[in-house]
Amino acid sequence: MWGFYFDQLMNSMPMFYKGMGMTVAVSALSLVGGTVIGTIAGILRSNRGTFLSRILSLYVDFMRGTPFLVQLFIIFFILPEFGLQMEAFTAAVVSLTIYAGSYICEIVSAAIQAVPPGQEEACRSLGHTRSQAMRLVILPQALRMALPALVGQYVLLIKDSSIVSVIGLTDITRAGWLTVQRVPEGIMVFGLVGLLYFAVCYPLIQLSNILEKKFSTGDMKL
Amino acid sequence: MLEYFNFRIIWEYMPLFMDGLYQTVWISLVGIIGSLIVGMIACSCRISGIRILSAPAVVFIEVIRSTPLLAQLYFLYFGLPSLGIQVSELTTGIVALSVNSGAYVAEILRAGIKGIPGGQVEAAMGQGFNVYQRFFYILLPQALANTLPTMLGQAIVLVKDSAVLSLISVMELTRAGQILNSERFMPSEAFLTVAALYLLVYYVLKGLSKFYQMRMMRFRSA
Repeated sequence: MWGFYFDQLMNSMPMFYKGMGMTVAVSALSLVGGTVIGTIAGILRSNRGTFLSRILSLYVDFMRGTPFLVQLFIIFFILPEFGLQMEAFTAAVVSLTIYAGSYICEIVSAAIQAVPPGQEEACRSLGHTRSQAMRLVILPQALRMALPALVGQYVLLIKDSSIVSVIGLTDITRAGWLTVQRVPEGIMVFGLVGLLYFAVCYPLIQLSNILEKKFSTGDMKL
Repeated sequence: MLEYFNFRIIWEYMPLFMDGLYQTVWISLVGIIGSLIVGMIACSCRISGIRILSAPAVVFIEVIRSTPLLAQLYFLYFGLPSLGIQVSELTTGIVALSVNSGAYVAEILRAGIKGIPGGQVEAAMGQGFNVYQRFFYILLPQALANTLPTMLGQAIVLVKDSAVLSLISVMELTRAGQILNSERFMPSEAFLTVAALYLLVYYVLKGLSKFYQMRMMRFRSA
Protein backbone atom coordinates (compact mmCIF):
# COMPACT_ATOMS: atom_id res chain seq x y z
CA MET A 1 0.00 0.00 0.00
CA TRP A 2 2.59 2.54 1.12
CA GLY A 3 5.00 1.17 -1.46
CA PHE A 4 2.53 1.92 -4.23
CA TYR A 5 2.12 5.49 -3.06
CA PHE A 6 5.86 5.81 -2.63
CA ASP A 7 6.34 5.04 -6.34
CA GLN A 8 3.74 7.64 -7.23
CA LEU A 9 5.43 10.15 -4.97
CA MET A 10 8.74 9.43 -6.70
CA ASN A 11 7.01 10.14 -10.01
CA SER A 12 6.13 13.64 -8.85
CA MET A 13 9.65 14.38 -7.63
CA PRO A 14 10.44 16.58 -10.70
CA MET A 15 7.58 18.87 -9.63
CA PHE A 16 9.07 19.13 -6.13
CA TYR A 17 12.46 20.05 -7.58
CA LYS A 18 10.80 22.76 -9.67
CA GLY A 19 8.88 23.87 -6.58
CA MET A 20 12.11 24.10 -4.64
CA GLY A 21 13.56 26.25 -7.42
CA MET A 22 10.51 28.53 -7.28
CA THR A 23 10.66 28.87 -3.49
CA VAL A 24 14.36 29.69 -3.63
CA ALA A 25 13.89 32.16 -6.53
CA VAL A 26 10.97 34.01 -4.90
CA SER A 27 12.68 34.11 -1.50
CA ALA A 28 16.06 35.18 -2.88
CA LEU A 29 14.63 38.02 -4.97
CA SER A 30 12.47 39.37 -2.15
CA LEU A 31 15.30 38.86 0.34
CA VAL A 32 17.53 41.18 -1.68
CA GLY A 33 14.69 43.64 -2.36
CA GLY A 34 13.52 43.59 1.26
CA THR A 35 17.02 44.18 2.58
CA VAL A 36 17.54 47.19 0.29
CA ILE A 37 14.14 48.74 1.09
CA GLY A 38 14.41 47.85 4.77
CA THR A 39 17.89 49.31 5.19
CA ILE A 40 16.97 52.61 3.51
CA ALA A 41 13.70 52.82 5.45
CA GLY A 42 15.51 51.86 8.66
CA ILE A 43 18.06 54.66 8.27
CA LEU A 44 15.27 57.17 7.64
CA ARG A 45 13.20 55.84 10.54
CA SER A 46 16.08 55.94 13.01
CA ASN A 47 15.72 59.74 12.84
CA ARG A 48 12.81 59.74 15.31
CA GLY A 49 10.27 62.53 15.37
CA THR A 50 10.59 63.60 11.74
CA PHE A 51 7.62 63.55 9.40
CA LEU A 52 9.23 60.82 7.32
CA SER A 53 9.77 58.53 10.29
CA ARG A 54 6.09 58.91 11.25
CA ILE A 55 5.01 57.88 7.76
CA LEU A 56 7.41 54.95 7.93
CA SER A 57 6.04 53.82 11.27
CA LEU A 58 2.55 53.74 9.72
CA TYR A 59 3.96 51.52 6.97
CA VAL A 60 5.65 49.27 9.52
CA ASP A 61 2.49 49.08 11.65
CA PHE A 62 0.34 48.20 8.66
CA MET A 63 2.68 45.42 7.57
CA ARG A 64 3.11 44.07 11.10
CA GLY A 65 -0.56 44.37 11.98
CA THR A 66 -2.09 42.54 9.03
CA PRO A 67 -1.53 38.95 7.89
CA PHE A 68 0.74 38.43 4.92
CA LEU A 69 -2.07 36.51 3.21
CA VAL A 70 -4.26 39.64 3.27
CA GLN A 71 -1.39 41.78 1.97
CA LEU A 72 -0.89 39.33 -0.87
CA PHE A 73 -4.59 39.49 -1.73
CA ILE A 74 -4.49 43.29 -1.63
CA ILE A 75 -1.62 43.40 -4.13
CA PHE A 76 -2.84 40.55 -6.31
CA PHE A 77 -6.53 41.50 -6.48
CA ILE A 78 -6.71 45.25 -5.87
CA LEU A 79 -3.88 46.62 -7.98
CA PRO A 80 -5.46 45.28 -11.21
CA GLU A 81 -8.52 47.44 -10.34
CA PHE A 82 -6.24 50.43 -10.75
CA GLY A 83 -4.92 49.09 -14.05
CA LEU A 84 -1.78 47.55 -12.58
CA GLN A 85 -1.99 44.00 -13.85
CA MET A 86 0.70 41.73 -12.44
CA GLU A 87 1.70 38.16 -13.02
CA ALA A 88 1.52 35.86 -10.01
CA PHE A 89 5.31 35.73 -9.79
CA THR A 90 5.70 39.51 -9.81
CA ALA A 91 2.88 39.95 -7.31
CA ALA A 92 4.49 37.37 -5.02
CA VAL A 93 7.94 38.98 -5.16
CA VAL A 94 6.54 42.51 -4.74
CA SER A 95 4.38 41.63 -1.75
CA LEU A 96 7.10 39.59 -0.05
CA THR A 97 9.60 42.41 -0.64
CA ILE A 98 7.36 45.08 0.89
CA TYR A 99 6.50 42.72 3.76
CA ALA A 100 10.11 41.78 4.55
CA GLY A 101 11.16 45.41 4.11
CA SER A 102 8.99 46.52 7.02
CA TYR A 103 10.51 43.99 9.44
CA ILE A 104 14.05 44.71 8.24
CA CYS A 105 13.33 48.43 8.66
CA GLU A 106 12.57 47.78 12.33
CA ILE A 107 15.69 45.66 12.80
CA VAL A 108 17.98 48.22 11.12
CA SER A 109 16.53 51.25 12.91
CA ALA A 110 16.78 49.48 16.29
CA ALA A 111 20.41 48.58 15.56
CA ILE A 112 21.24 52.15 14.53
CA GLN A 113 19.76 53.45 17.76
CA ALA A 114 21.77 50.90 19.71
CA VAL A 115 25.01 52.51 18.49
CA PRO A 116 25.98 54.94 21.28
CA PRO A 117 25.30 58.59 20.33
CA GLY A 118 28.87 59.43 21.32
CA GLN A 119 30.01 57.78 18.10
CA GLU A 120 28.12 60.24 15.97
CA GLU A 121 29.13 63.18 18.12
CA ALA A 122 32.78 62.19 17.81
CA CYS A 123 32.43 61.94 14.03
CA ARG A 124 30.76 65.31 13.78
CA SER A 125 33.39 66.97 15.93
CA LEU A 126 36.04 65.54 13.61
CA GLY A 127 34.38 67.45 10.80
CA HIS A 128 32.55 64.60 9.08
CA THR A 129 29.14 65.34 7.63
CA ARG A 130 26.08 63.49 8.95
CA SER A 131 25.94 61.21 5.93
CA GLN A 132 29.63 60.40 6.30
CA ALA A 133 29.13 59.58 9.97
CA MET A 134 26.22 57.31 9.07
CA ARG A 135 28.00 55.63 6.18
CA LEU A 136 31.48 55.20 7.66
CA VAL A 137 30.90 54.75 11.37
CA ILE A 138 27.36 54.04 12.44
CA LEU A 139 26.03 51.75 9.69
CA PRO A 140 28.95 49.28 9.69
CA GLN A 141 28.53 48.79 13.43
CA ALA A 142 24.74 48.70 13.28
CA LEU A 143 24.58 46.18 10.45
CA ARG A 144 27.00 43.90 12.26
CA MET A 145 24.77 44.01 15.31
CA ALA A 146 21.68 43.47 13.16
CA LEU A 147 23.12 40.48 11.31
CA PRO A 148 21.76 37.66 13.55
CA ALA A 149 18.28 39.20 13.52
CA LEU A 150 18.48 39.70 9.75
CA VAL A 151 19.31 36.04 9.13
CA GLY A 152 16.42 35.10 11.43
CA GLN A 153 14.18 37.35 9.36
CA TYR A 154 15.31 35.61 6.17
CA VAL A 155 14.16 32.30 7.65
CA LEU A 156 10.74 33.83 8.34
CA LEU A 157 10.68 35.14 4.76
CA ILE A 158 11.37 31.71 3.27
CA LYS A 159 8.65 30.19 5.44
CA ASP A 160 6.15 32.93 4.61
CA SER A 161 6.87 32.44 0.92
CA SER A 162 4.81 29.23 1.24
CA ILE A 163 1.72 31.46 1.31
CA VAL A 164 2.29 32.66 -2.27
CA SER A 165 1.26 29.16 -3.35
CA VAL A 166 -2.37 30.29 -2.98
CA ILE A 167 -2.14 32.63 -5.98
CA GLY A 168 -1.06 29.71 -8.14
CA LEU A 169 2.71 29.82 -7.96
CA THR A 170 4.13 26.29 -8.00
CA ASP A 171 6.48 26.47 -5.05
CA ILE A 172 7.24 23.59 -2.65
CA THR A 173 3.91 23.94 -0.82
CA ARG A 174 1.85 24.00 -4.01
CA ALA A 175 3.81 21.04 -5.40
CA GLY A 176 2.71 19.18 -2.27
CA TRP A 177 -0.86 20.39 -2.63
CA LEU A 178 -1.00 19.27 -6.27
CA THR A 179 0.55 15.91 -5.44
CA VAL A 180 -1.83 15.21 -2.57
CA GLN A 181 -4.76 15.46 -4.98
CA ARG A 182 -3.45 12.39 -6.83
CA VAL A 183 -1.60 10.59 -4.04
CA PRO A 184 -3.92 10.59 -1.01
CA GLU A 185 -1.12 10.16 1.53
CA GLY A 186 -1.00 13.52 3.29
CA ILE A 187 1.55 12.43 5.88
CA MET A 188 4.03 11.27 3.25
CA VAL A 189 3.52 14.14 0.82
CA PHE A 190 3.65 16.93 3.38
CA GLY A 191 6.36 15.11 5.28
CA LEU A 192 8.43 15.55 2.13
CA VAL A 193 7.37 19.20 1.86
CA GLY A 194 8.44 19.75 5.46
CA LEU A 195 11.74 18.01 4.84
CA LEU A 196 12.54 20.29 1.89
CA TYR A 197 11.79 23.43 3.92
CA PHE A 198 13.78 22.04 6.82
CA ALA A 199 16.77 21.50 4.54
CA VAL A 200 16.72 25.19 3.60
CA CYS A 201 15.73 26.81 6.90
CA TYR A 202 17.50 24.77 9.57
CA PRO A 203 21.06 25.67 8.45
CA LEU A 204 20.04 29.34 8.37
CA ILE A 205 18.61 29.15 11.91
CA GLN A 206 21.88 27.60 13.09
CA LEU A 207 23.81 30.35 11.30
CA SER A 208 21.71 32.97 13.08
CA ASN A 209 22.45 31.29 16.45
CA ILE A 210 26.18 31.19 15.70
CA LEU A 211 26.20 34.86 14.67
CA GLU A 212 24.31 35.77 17.81
CA LYS A 213 26.84 34.01 20.03
CA LYS A 214 29.74 35.54 18.11
CA PHE A 215 28.46 39.09 18.23
CA SER A 216 27.04 39.03 21.73
CA THR A 217 30.40 38.31 23.35
CA GLY A 218 33.57 40.34 23.55
CA ASP A 219 34.10 42.91 20.86
CA MET A 220 30.48 43.93 20.36
CA LYS A 221 30.19 45.21 23.92
CA LEU A 222 30.47 48.86 22.98
CA MET B 1 -10.16 57.48 -3.29
CA LEU B 2 -13.12 57.65 -0.92
CA GLU B 3 -15.80 57.82 -3.63
CA TYR B 4 -14.15 54.78 -5.12
CA PHE B 5 -15.27 52.69 -2.16
CA ASN B 6 -18.71 51.22 -2.15
CA PHE B 7 -19.54 51.72 1.52
CA ARG B 8 -23.03 50.32 1.02
CA ILE B 9 -21.54 46.92 0.24
CA ILE B 10 -19.24 47.07 3.25
CA TRP B 11 -22.27 47.91 5.38
CA GLU B 12 -24.31 45.14 3.81
CA TYR B 13 -21.57 42.62 4.54
CA MET B 14 -20.85 43.99 8.02
CA PRO B 15 -22.51 41.03 9.79
CA LEU B 16 -20.23 38.69 7.84
CA PHE B 17 -17.13 40.72 8.75
CA MET B 18 -18.18 40.91 12.39
CA ASP B 19 -18.74 37.18 12.47
CA GLY B 20 -15.31 36.71 10.90
CA LEU B 21 -13.69 39.03 13.43
CA TYR B 22 -15.43 37.20 16.27
CA GLN B 23 -14.23 33.85 14.91
CA THR B 24 -10.68 35.13 14.46
CA VAL B 25 -10.58 36.44 18.04
CA TRP B 26 -12.09 33.21 19.37
CA ILE B 27 -9.75 30.97 17.36
CA SER B 28 -6.79 33.09 18.49
CA LEU B 29 -7.76 32.87 22.16
CA VAL B 30 -8.09 29.09 22.01
CA GLY B 31 -4.84 28.95 20.01
CA ILE B 32 -3.01 31.09 22.60
CA ILE B 33 -4.15 28.83 25.44
CA GLY B 34 -3.22 25.76 23.39
CA SER B 35 0.20 27.14 22.52
CA LEU B 36 0.87 28.00 26.17
CA ILE B 37 0.12 24.39 27.13
CA VAL B 38 2.25 22.98 24.27
CA GLY B 39 4.99 25.52 25.03
CA MET B 40 5.12 24.75 28.76
CA ILE B 41 5.33 21.00 28.12
CA ALA B 42 7.99 21.38 25.41
CA CYS B 43 10.01 23.85 27.49
CA SER B 44 9.87 21.77 30.68
CA CYS B 45 10.97 18.68 28.69
CA ARG B 46 13.76 20.59 27.00
CA ILE B 47 15.28 21.98 30.20
CA SER B 48 14.60 18.84 32.27
CA GLY B 49 18.09 17.46 31.62
CA ILE B 50 16.58 14.01 31.09
CA ARG B 51 17.69 12.88 27.67
CA ILE B 52 14.63 10.86 26.62
CA LEU B 53 12.50 13.95 27.32
CA SER B 54 14.79 16.72 26.11
CA ALA B 55 15.85 15.13 22.80
CA PRO B 56 12.30 14.82 21.38
CA ALA B 57 11.51 18.32 22.64
CA VAL B 58 14.53 19.77 20.81
CA VAL B 59 13.59 17.92 17.61
CA PHE B 60 9.98 19.11 17.91
CA ILE B 61 10.96 22.74 18.45
CA GLU B 62 13.56 22.81 15.65
CA VAL B 63 11.33 21.03 13.12
CA ILE B 64 8.37 23.30 13.81
CA ARG B 65 10.50 26.44 13.62
CA SER B 66 12.12 25.34 10.34
CA THR B 67 8.91 24.61 8.43
CA PRO B 68 6.10 26.96 7.37
CA LEU B 69 2.79 26.99 9.23
CA LEU B 70 0.95 26.43 5.95
CA ALA B 71 2.86 23.18 5.33
CA GLN B 72 2.11 22.07 8.91
CA LEU B 73 -1.55 22.92 8.42
CA TYR B 74 -1.74 20.92 5.18
CA PHE B 75 0.18 18.09 6.87
CA LEU B 76 -2.61 17.80 9.44
CA TYR B 77 -5.44 18.59 7.04
CA PHE B 78 -4.44 15.95 4.49
CA GLY B 79 -2.59 13.68 6.89
CA LEU B 80 -5.11 13.08 9.67
CA PRO B 81 -7.74 11.49 7.39
CA SER B 82 -5.15 9.05 6.02
CA LEU B 83 -4.52 8.00 9.63
CA GLY B 84 -8.25 7.45 9.97
CA ILE B 85 -8.80 10.52 12.18
CA GLN B 86 -11.75 12.63 11.08
CA VAL B 87 -11.92 16.08 12.69
CA SER B 88 -13.41 19.36 11.51
CA GLU B 89 -11.37 21.98 9.65
CA LEU B 90 -11.71 24.26 12.65
CA THR B 91 -10.19 21.70 15.02
CA THR B 92 -7.39 20.94 12.55
CA GLY B 93 -6.66 24.64 12.25
CA ILE B 94 -6.61 25.29 15.98
CA VAL B 95 -4.35 22.27 16.59
CA ALA B 96 -1.96 23.45 13.86
CA LEU B 97 -1.87 26.98 15.31
CA SER B 98 -1.30 25.72 18.87
CA VAL B 99 1.46 23.33 17.88
CA ASN B 100 3.17 25.89 15.66
CA SER B 101 3.01 28.74 18.15
CA GLY B 102 3.79 26.33 21.02
CA ALA B 103 7.30 25.79 19.69
CA TYR B 104 7.95 29.53 19.78
CA VAL B 105 6.37 29.86 23.23
CA ALA B 106 8.71 27.11 24.46
CA GLU B 107 11.72 29.12 23.30
CA ILE B 108 10.38 32.34 24.80
CA LEU B 109 9.84 30.58 28.13
CA ARG B 110 13.30 29.06 28.00
CA ALA B 111 14.83 32.51 27.47
CA GLY B 112 12.72 33.81 30.36
CA ILE B 113 13.86 31.01 32.64
CA LYS B 114 17.50 31.62 31.68
CA GLY B 115 17.11 35.17 32.95
CA ILE B 116 16.06 34.06 36.44
CA PRO B 117 18.98 34.21 38.91
CA GLY B 118 20.36 30.79 39.86
CA GLY B 119 19.94 31.58 43.53
CA GLN B 120 16.19 31.11 43.13
CA VAL B 121 16.61 27.46 42.20
CA GLU B 122 19.20 26.91 44.92
CA ALA B 123 16.91 28.45 47.53
CA ALA B 124 14.05 26.23 46.33
CA MET B 125 16.32 23.19 46.51
CA GLY B 126 17.34 24.22 50.00
CA GLN B 127 13.67 24.27 50.94
CA GLY B 128 13.39 20.70 49.68
CA PHE B 129 11.36 21.42 46.51
CA ASN B 130 11.57 18.69 43.90
CA VAL B 131 12.18 19.24 40.16
CA TYR B 132 8.47 19.48 39.42
CA GLN B 133 7.83 21.99 42.20
CA ARG B 134 10.86 24.06 41.23
CA PHE B 135 9.63 24.32 37.65
CA PHE B 136 5.95 25.00 38.28
CA TYR B 137 6.12 27.08 41.49
CA ILE B 138 9.39 28.97 41.14
CA LEU B 139 10.56 29.20 37.54
CA LEU B 140 7.39 29.19 35.43
CA PRO B 141 5.46 32.01 37.19
CA GLN B 142 8.47 34.32 37.06
CA ALA B 143 9.25 33.41 33.44
CA LEU B 144 5.63 34.04 32.43
CA ALA B 145 5.60 37.44 34.13
CA ASN B 146 8.98 38.49 32.71
CA THR B 147 8.18 37.42 29.17
CA LEU B 148 4.66 38.83 28.99
CA PRO B 149 5.54 41.56 26.43
CA THR B 150 7.23 38.95 24.21
CA MET B 151 4.25 36.64 24.70
CA LEU B 152 1.92 39.42 23.56
CA GLY B 153 4.13 39.79 20.48
CA GLN B 154 3.71 36.08 19.87
CA ALA B 155 -0.06 36.52 20.32
CA ILE B 156 0.00 39.15 17.55
CA VAL B 157 1.83 36.68 15.32
CA LEU B 158 -0.76 34.02 16.15
CA VAL B 159 -3.69 36.29 15.29
CA LYS B 160 -2.11 37.03 11.92
CA ASP B 161 -1.18 33.41 11.32
CA SER B 162 -4.78 32.37 11.91
CA ALA B 163 -5.51 33.96 8.51
CA VAL B 164 -4.13 30.86 6.75
CA LEU B 165 -6.98 28.85 8.27
CA SER B 166 -9.13 30.47 5.59
CA LEU B 167 -7.25 28.29 3.09
CA ILE B 168 -8.82 25.14 4.55
CA SER B 169 -12.15 27.01 4.47
CA VAL B 170 -12.44 27.81 8.16
CA MET B 171 -14.85 30.72 8.53
CA GLU B 172 -12.81 33.60 9.95
CA LEU B 173 -11.95 37.20 9.08
CA THR B 174 -9.90 36.58 5.92
CA ARG B 175 -12.50 34.10 4.73
CA ALA B 176 -15.17 36.79 5.15
CA GLY B 177 -13.16 38.97 2.77
CA GLN B 178 -12.79 36.13 0.30
CA ILE B 179 -16.53 35.51 0.36
CA LEU B 180 -17.35 39.16 -0.37
CA ASN B 181 -14.73 39.22 -3.11
CA SER B 182 -16.03 36.08 -4.80
CA GLU B 183 -19.70 37.09 -4.53
CA ARG B 184 -19.41 40.72 -5.64
CA PHE B 185 -15.93 41.00 -7.22
CA MET B 186 -15.02 43.91 -4.99
CA PRO B 187 -11.50 43.17 -3.80
CA SER B 188 -10.78 46.67 -2.42
CA GLU B 189 -13.84 46.77 -0.19
CA ALA B 190 -13.30 43.17 0.85
CA PHE B 191 -9.60 43.09 1.69
CA LEU B 192 -9.09 46.65 2.92
CA THR B 193 -11.92 46.16 5.41
CA VAL B 194 -10.36 42.88 6.49
CA ALA B 195 -6.97 44.60 6.87
CA ALA B 196 -8.54 47.39 8.95
CA LEU B 197 -10.16 44.88 11.31
CA TYR B 198 -6.87 43.00 11.77
CA LEU B 199 -5.18 46.34 12.50
CA LEU B 200 -7.78 46.96 15.20
CA VAL B 201 -6.81 43.74 16.99
CA TYR B 202 -3.11 44.51 16.44
CA TYR B 203 -3.32 47.97 18.03
CA VAL B 204 -5.20 46.60 21.04
CA LEU B 205 -2.51 43.95 21.64
CA LYS B 206 0.31 46.40 20.95
CA GLY B 207 -1.21 48.86 23.42
CA LEU B 208 -1.48 46.13 26.06
CA SER B 209 2.15 45.18 25.53
CA LYS B 210 3.29 48.82 25.86
CA PHE B 211 1.15 49.34 28.96
CA TYR B 212 2.58 46.26 30.63
CA GLN B 213 6.15 47.17 29.71
CA MET B 214 5.68 50.60 31.24
CA ARG B 215 4.21 49.12 34.41
CA MET B 216 7.08 46.69 34.63
CA MET B 217 9.64 49.47 34.26
CA ARG B 218 7.97 51.51 37.00
CA PHE B 219 7.86 48.42 39.19
CA ARG B 220 11.56 47.75 38.63
CA SER B 221 12.67 51.32 39.23
CA ALA B 222 10.56 51.66 42.38
